[in-house]
Amino acid sequence: MKKDKRIIGKILMVLAVLFFYLPIIFMVIFSFNESKSLTNFTGFSMQWYESLFNNREMMESLSTTVSIALIATVVSTVVGTISAIGLSKSGKIMKSVVMQLNDFPIMNPEIVTAIGLMLLFITFGVKRGYMTMLLAHICFCTPYVILSVMPKIRSLDPNLSDAAMDLGATPWQALTKVLVPQIMPGIVSGALIAFTMSFDDFIISYFVTGGGVKNLSIMVYTMSKRVNPTINAISTLVVVLITVVLLVINIVPLIKSRREKKNEKVVS
Amino acid sequence: MKKFSQLAWPYLIWVILMILLPMLLILFYAFTNSGNGIINFSFTLEHFIKFFTDQDFLLVLWRSLEIAIKTTIICVLLGYPIGYFIARSSDKMRNFWVLVITLPMWINMLVRTYAWIGILSDGGIAQSFLGLFGLGDTELLYTEGSVLLGMVYNFLPFMILQINTALCKMDKSLLEASHDLGANRFQTFWRVTFPLSLSGVVSGITLVFLPAVSSFFIPKLLGGGSYFLIGNVIENQFITVGEWNFGSAISMIMAVIMMVCMYAIRKIDERNAGRGKEKA
Repeated sequence: MKKDKRIIGKILMVLAVLFFYLPIIFMVIFSFNESKSLTNFTGFSMQWYESLFNNREMMESLSTTVSIALIATVVSTVVGTISAIGLSKSGKIMKSVVMQLNDFPIMNPEIVTAIGLMLLFITFGVKRGYMTMLLAHICFCTPYVILSVMPKIRSLDPNLSDAAMDLGATPWQALTKVLVPQIMPGIVSGALIAFTMSFDDFIISYFVTGGGVKNLSIMVYTMSKRVNPTINAISTLVVVLITVVLLVINIVPLIKSRREKKNEKVVS
Repeated sequence: MKKFSQLAWPYLIWVILMILLPMLLILFYAFTNSGNGIINFSFTLEHFIKFFTDQDFLLVLWRSLEIAIKTTIICVLLGYPIGYFIARSSDKMRNFWVLVITLPMWINMLVRTYAWIGILSDGGIAQSFLGLFGLGDTELLYTEGSVLLGMVYNFLPFMILQINTALCKMDKSLLEASHDLGANRFQTFWRVTFPLSLSGVVSGITLVFLPAVSSFFIPKLLGGGSYFLIGNVIENQFITVGEWNFGSAISMIMAVIMMVCMYAIRKIDERNAGRGKEKA
């Protein structure tokens, strides 16, 4: 009886994995297809990658996506961390007002946030393009940073910074040498969430952009109206990029901890 | 240290400008005449009247709710056993499975949805697979079924993860207690495990239902140009037609309906939790 259940469970998991990964594998394979067909694999070729690298619009969208994701991550991580530290020391009213508003972009359907920002830019006559997209990304990334830093600050001893300053640290030193290192894990995971949110974003970018500035998602969306295997090529590139980022994130701490262990051994 | 509290002020100004103000603007546009500026305007209910008196719009709204409900039900039915299996695995395997489920979520939703087009299109592998059962001629792409599939594909991981977390949080000794008190496996599941995992199901429903109602690129990519959901109507009003006032009104209607649904789901959850406590 128990064995039966295990087997049913395993079959279920295999089907689930197949379901989740089939489209991705399919896309990678067909990015190397010789013909334009999305259904018959006729032979191996790199022509879609060639046409991708020769397509200026697509390469631009790739660099837009990466540069916006990087800038938005850095800004929202710094702003989010500083604001979270400030909020933890603020009064009750200030804290609850900011946290309520902070929840809006997370709780609201993305399309509502998107048209809100679009209306904001239209109403105040801001020309839509790269800058508005960047502002919007910072706007929806920062709340996630704050949410992931807040619990870390809460778990700290509230007198920690006071103690540092009693011992002669300036407020700046107390902040950078005592507080920030303590909440580093929260900051890092916040930054990671911010990066992926920004990198993957379609809906908000789509509504706030203009003047032909496109990120990858917008590019895929506008091109998907016709059969275009270049999308498969660029998507495969994204998959590779994300996999590399994930590997780096997972391996760096591993190497670090190993090195530390080695050092410990040397010391002892 | 009180000095640090000043650090929050810039963000207060930022959230008022970038989060509160846009929401107020949606309200403002929804209730004013089109073609107005912020200086001279007049309030009107015309956009709401236009929406609720037009059969087509109501049909689209109904269709969006219907497909979102279907998506949610399928996600619960598929997500529960998967989440249950993961929660019952050993610690090491559990981390592995969670990683396997979350990995595809790192890849752009749009890209993953696009990938289905090739699989589902005429002569694709999905049709050849169905051909084995003599159903090779079934039209797959650009149907309601393909939209439903796209939604389940995109939102199922959220459900699995929520249910898994809820089941992992559960006190395992309760199961032993239930067995000791003479309940069989079925009874234990039905009267102990399931009620305790309901909170995970409810938060899973929130994470599936809300984005499903408002999604617009899944129906566009997998439903073809003719399959319209409420998100597509909003997109159309803003991007193609340029009717921001009417678009704002529709998104307001959508947001209100969602809030009502969420409130109802949460109330049901609370009542269930309350009943559980009474019994105990």
